[in-house]
Amino acid sequence: MAVDKGGGGVSGEVANTGTQKTAFFNDPKVRSSVIQAILIAILVYAVWSLISNTATNLSAQGKTFGFGFMQNASGFDVNQSLVEYSRESSFWRVYLVGLLNTLLVAILGIFFATLIGFSIGVARLSKNWIISKAAYCYVEAMRNIPLLLWIFIFYFGVLRLLPGKREPYGVSLDGALGYLSVGGWIAPKPIAGDLLWLTGIAIIIGIIASYFINSWATKRQMATGQQFPKGLTTLGLVVGLPIVVFLLSGLPLSFDYPKLARFGARGGMSVLPEFIALLTALTIYTSAFIAEIVRAGILAINKGQTEASYALGLRAKPTLNLVIIPQALRVIIPPLTNQFLNLTKNSSLAVAIAYPELVSIFAGTALNQSGRETEIIMITMLTYLVLSLLTSSFMNWYNNRMALVER
Amino acid sequence: MSNGYVRKEMLHELPAPDGTKGIFYWLKTNLFSTPLNALATFIALYVIYKVVPPVIDFALISPAWFGENREVCATLKQGGVKPDDWFGACWPYVGANMKLFIYGRYPPDEIWRVNIVYLMFAISGACLLIPKVPYKLPNLLFMFGVFPVAAFVLLTGGHVMLDGFLVAGSFMGPSFAAFWVDFLILTCIFIALATFIARGTDSDPMPSIRMVILGMVVLAVVMAIISAPLGLEHVETEIWGGLLVTLVIAVSGIVASLPIGILLALGRRSKMPAVKMLSVMFIEFWRGVPLITVLFMSSVMLPLFLPEGVTFDKLLRALIGVTLFQSAYMAEVIRGGIQALPKGQYEGAMALGLNYWQMIQKIILPQALTLVIPGIVNTFIGLFKDTTLVLIIGLFDFLGQIQSSFSDPTWATPVQAMSGYLFAAVIYWIFCFSMSRYSIFMEQRLDTGHRN
Repeated sequence: MAVDKGGGGVSGEVANTGTQKTAFFNDPKVRSSVIQAILIAILVYAVWSLISNTATNLSAQGKTFGFGFMQNASGFDVNQSLVEYSRESSFWRVYLVGLLNTLLVAILGIFFATLIGFSIGVARLSKNWIISKAAYCYVEAMRNIPLLLWIFIFYFGVLRLLPGKREPYGVSLDGALGYLSVGGWIAPKPIAGDLLWLTGIAIIIGIIASYFINSWATKRQMATGQQFPKGLTTLGLVVGLPIVVFLLSGLPLSFDYPKLARFGARGGMSVLPEFIALLTALTIYTSAFIAEIVRAGILAINKGQTEASYALGLRAKPTLNLVIIPQALRVIIPPLTNQFLNLTKNSSLAVAIAYPELVSIFAGTALNQSGRETEIIMITMLTYLVLSLLTSSFMNWYNNRMALVER
Repeated sequence: MSNGYVRKEMLHELPAPDGTKGIFYWLKTNLFSTPLNALATFIALYVIYKVVPPVIDFALISPAWFGENREVCATLKQGGVKPDDWFGACWPYVGANMKLFIYGRYPPDEIWRVNIVYLMFAISGACLLIPKVPYKLPNLLFMFGVFPVAAFVLLTGGHVMLDGFLVAGSFMGPSFAAFWVDFLILTCIFIALATFIARGTDSDPMPSIRMVILGMVVLAVVMAIISAPLGLEHVETEIWGGLLVTLVIAVSGIVASLPIGILLALGRRSKMPAVKMLSVMFIEFWRGVPLITVLFMSSVMLPLFLPEGVTFDKLLRALIGVTLFQSAYMAEVIRGGIQALPKGQYEGAMALGLNYWQMIQKIILPQALTLVIPGIVNTFIGLFKDTTLVLIIGLFDFLGQIQSSFSDPTWATPVQAMSGYLFAAVIYWIFCFSMSRYSIFMEQRLDTGHRN
């Protein structure tokens, strides 16, 4: 008996078969259009009331909505900027400075976090007992403590214990790597020589050439089965060629080394303590998550794959390069990209220690200076949203390319 | 067939070959198997030697344990009593501020109310989490039905001002009575709606009407309790702080984001294009922005979005921000679980004649949620750590309270910050680590062995 008493849609249908058409609201098409229409109506109403409320509230405060103010002079200073900036610069310039600083810390953070994360992840699988246990402790210690607390620990805790600006701590002999003090890191400043552009061109040529050689080698291998030392050629073209050009053009790079003077180090370039604290915290925090992703990725590869590869006569190294790593990457890349995204978004915590990145100077200082909450928060959120969507669309593209094609 | 010799008795167990037992063998295979491995061991030992002893020395060997003010935690040069090369934690500072870290500036006479809430939460929570304890259902009802109301009344003191919300103010002045009139009108509307839908689907309207009436009665009781003058002093959320704020945000964030996340995950898998598109937009938007901008938005822009005269307090605004943000993450976790179920489960449910909600409730969600328990716990751990961000918008959570205690001159010494942060790190670590252990335990317990 398929009759239920629970008021569900089924009983009506069963009872009325043959004598009557399906009840109005039981028709899936009608029902779904009614539900969607109601939903859209609610949404439109919500958005409309949101906008009208905001408009009323803004006009009550004597404000108008618009982005004209972005042309105005900002009127405040920023202590680190990758582009030219002064108090007279516009709010657009502030936005650009913040965005570039965010990208700087994000890109460096991603680089270091990946490096450390991969090492720790591999170390966790090491057969050496002490290495794997130490890596385990590292991961559990780093990821179970909030990132903001890490930032505070490095900024207010560790960096404040450094000596004062007048007697900085030389990082290596005679300050060849600069000086550390509570004022940050006075690092050697690279000065480009006349012929440095040649090295830059060599890098670009190396990348393009290795791309073409690799695709040619893949085609040849597909056709003839002959292998080509791809890795070595790429390394030679991308790293070796620029080094040769660099040496031949007469080492066109010199450093302005900071020197100790009476009131602290002179010369060089200064790296803000906020930057050091933020970068360190982001790096170690994210590296713990990356380590777990790498470990899971390697463990996810079935042991049978290694055995099959050995059975085919491949030795350990080609097995790793041709069988294990390509499959592990498929598992690792999506969550890894997520971590890159998280790191970029987490760089916004810099607002707590006032490193001048997007949220800190644009959604913080610029907002207070201009009093335009709505516009500035909108721009900030949209910026991060665009960054995220770009990354995730890249991730989807990559995923589709790498995905296992099954019948 | 030859009659081979067959041994009749067991052989004696021989000792393991020389050099395959004991501490030296273990050391050799696990630490010094190859020269490279030995080198790695020495490097690891050196790093451990560089990191661990100083931390232990700072936290356990050298620190000041007792004292009344900063003198016990400062060197002679800094105006204290310690020798000049002293460097250790200042535990008396943490002890003196403990109340602040746990309750914030909650009035000292009313702290018993917070304690009751902590106690209820701890006991009921522990009984829910330990699988062996019986009475799970009543406990669940208590935790999600009675506890939130009790905690709300105890923490704020109740006295919620109820006001009319339907009929225009000109028709009937805003008052307590107006609220109940409007409540009654709303109940009638709901009953009418239920009847209408039941008619539309050709089914008996009585069960749904009964459900509506039951729900509205429960809601009325809750409203009556939170608005009744119970004699508890009103405590503004402004002066809440410390662990209290951290737990309030974390627990209400997770409880509110779980159902929203489930709905969004179902919406994302829906066949209705409008529902699907809206869910995707919602999820991608909140996942694409940093939490700190969400908190800025909720603290700066939310007041602008609301009709004039409606204000929310700061804590509630932060809660809304956290919930919106968290539910998007929760939705993705739950979607993963729903997607992992084989199609046969849906087909089986449909073949049994279940309708959509019955299928979701009885077949899909129990399995999907079990699959993603680790993911849910991870999200919760993330939320717990993220609660620290509310200090940026001026709420004093646990970390915020510690940060603010540094301005107290009684304890101002160079080691104060490190001591406070070390204490905070230990507390956060214990919470997060035990949650992740618990999720691993649950995962193993609930593993039905169907995977692979």
